[in-house]
Amino acid sequence: MIEVLNLTKRYGDKVAVENLSFSAASGVVTGFLGPNGAGKSTTMRMIIGLDRPSSGTATINGKRYVDLAWPLREVGALLEARAIHPGRSARSHLWMLAQSNQIPRTRVDEVLDIVGLTEVADQPAGKFSLGMGQRLGIAVSLLGDPGVLLFDEPVNGLDAEGIRWVRNLLISLAKEGRTLFVSSHLMSEMAQIAEEVVVIGRGRLLTQTSMNALLENNQQSFVRVRSPQIDRLEQALVAKGAKVTQEADGILQVYGLAEAAIGEIAFDEKVMLHELAPVTASLEEVFMELTEESVEYHGTERSRQ
Amino acid sequence: MSTDQQTDVEAPAFARGGYPLHSVIASEFTKLRTVRSTIWSFGTLFVLAVGLGALATSLASSHWTQMRLEEQLTFDPLRQSLVGVFFGQFAIGVLGVLAISAEYATGTIRVSLAAVPKRSYLLLAKVIVFGVSALIMGEIVAFVSFFVGQMLLTSPAPHVTIGTHGVLASVAGVGLYLCLLGLLALGLATIIRHTAAAVSAYISILLVVPIIVSLLPSSISNTFGRFLPASIGHSVVSQVTGPHEFSMGVGLLLLVLYAVVVLGIGGYLLARRDA
Repeated sequence: MIEVLNLTKRYGDKVAVENLSFSAASGVVTGFLGPNGAGKSTTMRMIIGLDRPSSGTATINGKRYVDLAWPLREVGALLEARAIHPGRSARSHLWMLAQSNQIPRTRVDEVLDIVGLTEVADQPAGKFSLGMGQRLGIAVSLLGDPGVLLFDEPVNGLDAEGIRWVRNLLISLAKEGRTLFVSSHLMSEMAQIAEEVVVIGRGRLLTQTSMNALLENNQQSFVRVRSPQIDRLEQALVAKGAKVTQEADGILQVYGLAEAAIGEIAFDEKVMLHELAPVTASLEEVFMELTEESVEYHGTERSRQ
Repeated sequence: MSTDQQTDVEAPAFARGGYPLHSVIASEFTKLRTVRSTIWSFGTLFVLAVGLGALATSLASSHWTQMRLEEQLTFDPLRQSLVGVFFGQFAIGVLGVLAISAEYATGTIRVSLAAVPKRSYLLLAKVIVFGVSALIMGEIVAFVSFFVGQMLLTSPAPHVTIGTHGVLASVAGVGLYLCLLGLLALGLATIIRHTAAAVSAYISILLVVPIIVSLLPSSISNTFGRFLPASIGHSVVSQVTGPHEFSMGVGLLLLVLYAVVVLGIGGYLLARRDA
C-alpha cells in the first residue's frame, strides 16, 4: 500500500507537485498517468525518499521509505535507466546492492536470469544498449523480491520486442500478488495492465479511479452520419433526443443514439444515407481530453482567485 | 509474494534493526573494487610517488659531490626519499573525489540511496572503506619510497635507517598524511558533487592557496601558512620542524580536523539535498 498525502514539491517559484493525495492499494496494479512534465517522476522520487517534499508525506505500508528496515526487500524501484557505472559489470552492480540489504548472492543470478542478462552479466555495463540498461534496472528492482514495485516509464525508449517483454513481466509480477505502481505518459500501455489509475496534470491530481470507470466515463463514442439531406436528418435526430455536432459539410457526429436507431429514423424521414459508422475515441484521445480539460479548469480557477 | 505474506514471514528478521553498517561497508567495498579506475588510480599513485621519488633521489645521490656545501649541510635523506609523496597526493585526491563523484556522474547515487536510504550510513561506509584502503595504500607507498630511496642514497651521500630516531614515525606519518588528504578530497566531492570541480578545489587547496599565502606580508604568511595542508606535508616528511611549521603530530591532528569538518559539511548537505 502506497499512500501519498498532500504531497507538494516546489523548486523555487516552480511548483512540480501540488497538494497531491492518492493511494495505490496492495496487490493491485495502479497506473500513474500524466503528460510528460506532469510531476510523475518527482512524485516517485519523493516516495523513494530521494527528493525531500516541500510538504506532505509519502508512505509505503505505513512507513516512510527512509524508515524501512530492509528497503530493497520491501520496495523495488526503477526510476531511471542506465544508472550504472560504465566500467562495472551487471553482476557486480547487483551484488554490491544485494550486500547492503543482506540479500544472498544466489539471488543475483536469479534476477539476471529473470531479465535475461546472464550471458552479458560480466561485461562492463558501458557496452549495454538502452534496452539492456532497462532490464538491469528492472533486475535491481526485483533483487530483494519485494512486495511493492515502482516503475517509472518502464517502456520508455524500448523497441517493440522490449515493450512486449516489459508488459508481460509486469503482468506476471501482478499475478504473483505484488503491488505495482507504474507511471506512463501512454494511456494505451496502462489500459492493458492497470486496474486502478491515478491521473495527474501539472502536478495535481485529476482523478483516481478504476481503469474501467475511467474508460466508461471518458470514452466518447459517436456515430458518424453522412447524407445529402443532412439538415432534415439533424432536426429529426435532435427531436429524438440525440446530441449532434457538425463534423464537416454534410457530415454529423451523433451522440446518444446507436447506429440502428439512427438508421430507422433516416428511413422514417426518407433521408438517404451515404455513411453510417460507429466511432470509438482512442485511448489517447480520452487521455488528452482528460488532461486538457484539467488544464483549462485550473486556468479558470486560478483567474478567479 | 504478497505484502501481507512478506510482513508475516520476514518480520522477525526486521526486528533486529534493519541493515547494519557492516553490510553497507561490504557493499561499498564491492563498489570500490569492481571498477577498473580504482586499480588504475592506485597504480598511478604508486608509480608517481615511488617512481618519481626514486628518480629524484638517485639524481641527488649521483650529484652529491657537485652540491654546494650549504646544500650538503641541509640535506635531509628522509625527506629526499619521501619527496614522491608530493606527486602521490594528487592521485590520492582524485581517488577520494571519484569515490563519490562517480556516483553522481553515473546516476548510481540514486540507486545507492534507494538501497541505503540512511544517508549518514552511506557516507560513513564510504569514509571507512576509502579511508582504510587509502591508509593501506599510503603506508605501502611511504615505506616502499623510504626503503627504495635509502637504498639509492649511496656514499658519500648520507642516508638514514628505519631505526634512526623519528624516522619510523615520519614514514608512517606520510601514509596517514596521504589517507587524510584522500578523505579531505572525498569530503570536498560530497559537497561539490562534480568530479572536475571537486578535483580543481582540491588542487587549489594544495597548490594555489600556498602561493597566495606566500605573497602576503611575511607576518601574516608565517602565522597562517603553517595551517595549510601543504605545510603540514612538509613537516611530516622532514626530520626537523621548520620555524613556521607545526610539529608532525599537531599537523596531522589538524588534517584530521579538516577532514572531519569537510566530511561533516558534506554529510549534512547529503542528508538534506535532493539526490
